[in-house]
Amino acid sequence: MSEPLLQTIDLKVHFPVRRGFVLERTVGSVKAVDGVSLAIDRGETLGLVGESGSGKSTLGRAILQLVGATSGTILFDRREVTGLSGPELAAFRRRVQLVFQDPYASLNPRMTAGNIVAEPIRIYGLRENRAAIRDRVRELFGLVGLDARYVDRYPHEFSGGQQQRIGIARALACEPDLIVCDEAVSALDVSVQAQVINLLADLQQRLGLTYLFIAHGLNVVRHVSTKVAVMYLGKIVEVGDRRALFRDPQHPYTKALLSASPLPDPVAERQRRPIILRGDVPSPIDPPAGCRFHTRCPIAVPACSAAEPPLSPSGGTLAACIRAGEPVPAPDPTPTRETVL
Amino acid sequence: MSGAPLLEIEDLAVEFRTGGGVVRAVDGVNLTLARGETLGILGESGSGKSVTSLAIMRLVRAPRGKITRGAVRFEGRDLLTLTPAEMRQVRGGSIGMIFQDPMTSLNPVLTIGRQLVEPLELHLGMSRRAARARAAELLATVGIPEAVRRLDNYPHQFSGGMRQRVMIAIAVACEPKLLIADEPTTALDVTIQAQILELIRRLQAELGMALILITHDLGVVAGAADRLAVMYAGRVVEDGPTDAVFANPKMPYTIGLMHSIPRADDEGALSPIGGQPPDLSALPPGCAFAPRCDFARPVCRERVPEPRTVGPGHRARCLFDIDPARVGAVREGVAP
Repeated sequence: MSEPLLQTIDLKVHFPVRRGFVLERTVGSVKAVDGVSLAIDRGETLGLVGESGSGKSTLGRAILQLVGATSGTILFDRREVTGLSGPELAAFRRRVQLVFQDPYASLNPRMTAGNIVAEPIRIYGLRENRAAIRDRVRELFGLVGLDARYVDRYPHEFSGGQQQRIGIARALACEPDLIVCDEAVSALDVSVQAQVINLLADLQQRLGLTYLFIAHGLNVVRHVSTKVAVMYLGKIVEVGDRRALFRDPQHPYTKALLSASPLPDPVAERQRRPIILRGDVPSPIDPPAGCRFHTRCPIAVPACSAAEPPLSPSGGTLAACIRAGEPVPAPDPTPTRETVL
Repeated sequence: MSGAPLLEIEDLAVEFRTGGGVVRAVDGVNLTLARGETLGILGESGSGKSVTSLAIMRLVRAPRGKITRGAVRFEGRDLLTLTPAEMRQVRGGSIGMIFQDPMTSLNPVLTIGRQLVEPLELHLGMSRRAARARAAELLATVGIPEAVRRLDNYPHQFSGGMRQRVMIAIAVACEPKLLIADEPTTALDVTIQAQILELIRRLQAELGMALILITHDLGVVAGAADRLAVMYAGRVVEDGPTDAVFANPKMPYTIGLMHSIPRADDEGALSPIGGQPPDLSALPPGCAFAPRCDFARPVCRERVPEPRTVGPGHRARCLFDIDPARVGAVREGVAP
């Protein structure tokens, strides 16, 4: 792996919180992404995991320039992309595409599948004439495993898995370098999900694509990623090689996340001792001081609320924790909490 | 697990009239559940798993949907023959239910205190004051801090995980003998899912409830279910002890599902089930899975296979004895 295709440096995306109607004023900000530095190498898949509100989707949108960065730098192919406009922004957007979670909602119901895939080819002028566009659409249909006879059908005539293939074909139509998959397989049934995962892997090999794969499902991320970053409340808490991170997670949040994920195997499942975190994710308007995870962390010490720990090497990964790598006790599986029933 | 089963579903069928014709969402489902037992119903969209649970509660909406045949015997009484008033006593009384989306299943314009008090007054005949005190206890039991104060909050003032806790509190308020949980954690994050599954497990142990856990997630049933029923296109295609179904799946669909999930020790490509999920308004004659099945022979397309015993308490709707290990081999071109 040579130089990164995409790099973010101390990227922040804050959304203002406003109060009042006539005399509107800003009373605070949602720190959705709050100082994220990461790099994706050409041809690799970076899996970005986190729970709702962690900022993973906002990070994806900021990289695509769909939301503006508050501060920080995004380098794509060594060029700064924040603040691009006009033809330069259009050229960047062609090279960075998005596949959405809900395949049906992301397709225009009034356009045929063929037109949906042809539209970016026309917009970017990637083919000379109508015949060439039609041939390219058929080629893209074949590439994603759709029958080219169905170009004149409308989105609702396809199953969920097929709709997602149309969304992928539309992204590929732009001949992109990077595809951001935002929960791209989460809404699909298990058997169809596996088909789409295999398709994405196959396309990556054939076309040399780079993926930012945003998901909350850990089994899927483990399967598709080369590198994994874990986000919590706007920050990357751990990042590293997929194997190292799943084999020996260093950050207590990563440990909790991995241990909380049920295993599709009754025997292993009976031996699993999940670390059950207390409470919910705090508000990103007013995140906890110091380490943002300290309010839910089973091994937090007073120093954790004093200063924000930087990402530093621990085990085989980088983790933002002063107690990285230390064991996290899993509670006894039989409940100890006293009950009133 | 002694004596008569708590719940016995016999030859249940549910149809829906749609613009595209009649959809047989559930077609001849047989299931039994002992007291205190956990049955996992596993299936994908359109398999009929949720409609089965709605039919148990008689919540299939007329006039489009109709239970066309079968019996649902709960403690010996066929729920399908009860009057609407009798059925209301069962719902939320001896059978509780929780749904996937806690926001849409709670009433947004009533405080959660009001929604918790209602079943207690209705089923247990408690006074308003006693019911309110009990409601606060229930909220505390499901792990909601400052329970008394939060009784006056509305659903939107709770997070997704907290709302699901409220739903569970309502469902178990009358200490039901059966809890039906339809995708209870699908809308929730992983760490919150772990909390909710742990809560359901704890309440089940304390109250001695039987549980029907409906999910598409093999991980969720692997840990929680004593027995498993796999549904496809409105039928139970395989059922048996959870360990046996996982270790030795016999129906090619179940085998395919097991191969479709990424596993920790598996680095290569997944072997998904080919083809598309079935169109319920145009099901093929014979085995509904045959068009996607690597082992299908002409006979599979002629008649629906009856459940066949393949192990102790383990049955599969497949005419052939299939070796799970050979599924991959068939894909690579070796003849069955």
